[in-house]
Amino acid sequence: MKIKGQALALDDLDWRILQLLQEDAKQTYTEIGQRLNLAHSTVYDRIQRMEQQRVIKKYGTLVDLEKVGVRHITAIMTIFTEPKESEEIAQRLTEFSEVSEVFTSFSEELVIIAKVVATDQAELHSFIAHSIAPLPGVLRIRTSIVTKKYKEETLPTVPNYAPSKSRER
Amino acid sequence: MSVSPSRILRNVLREEAFYFFTSIGNYTGESASSLEEFMNKIKEINIKSLEFHLYREDFEKWIAQTLGDAKLADEVRGVRNLKFVGNALRDRLYNVVSKRAKELKGGHSASK
Repeated sequence: MKIKGQALALDDLDWRILQLLQEDAKQTYTEIGQRLNLAHSTVYDRIQRMEQQRVIKKYGTLVDLEKVGVRHITAIMTIFTEPKESEEIAQRLTEFSEVSEVFTSFSEELVIIAKVVATDQAELHSFIAHSIAPLPGVLRIRTSIVTKKYKEETLPTVPNYAPSKSRER
Repeated sequence: MSVSPSRILRNVLREEAFYFFTSIGNYTGESASSLEEFMNKIKEINIKSLEFHLYREDFEKWIAQTLGDAKLADEVRGVRNLKFVGNALRDRLYNVVSKRAKELKGGHSASK
């Protein structure tokens, strides 16, 4: 891992370690080392450095709510905002426990996209009507309720992003 | 306990306003912070929004719980029971709300 300007440049090995951690963050250094043909101390050093540099922000748990019978729905909200209020609204959204992800986007209009989880449609509607719509600068909201999830990962698979050896040369 | 006309006719806080949606989570961008504003929105809001809220009982809840007007809430409930849709619903709802607003304003000015 090298520091290039403000950005940290990961080498191919760092990316491979990250990929394995994303598949299963509970793997031991030895297991990762075995899969990559590395000494576990090398794996340990690299992971330590990535943690210290906050490249690895945290280790989490993906819970399968269906399996434990927790009634819930997921929805994607597109919030159209007044441009000068957009940043503030996005910040406010991050404070709600019902909101799990927040993005801003600009295509034809400046919008905020947020993922919301609620127990049912009534709770979802109540949350949007009482907590989101009243925020100053919210112009209108479009909400799509997710009917089926096909994939869920924390990051895209690494090979698309990692600098390949041929590109590094 | 009766609520005074001036209280029913007041402007409510932003977070207590009525926000018009056309379906679950789809906010039109229109809201009403008073009975007067609510009445005016009835005339112009997308009819889908009126149908959505009326049959969810949202109007009568807001009128009773936020504005404090049990009488108008009852009258709106009566409109819901007629099961009107489209402009017939808009017209009936507007008539009921505007009649009550006029009555309250009369009482409000008489009590001054």
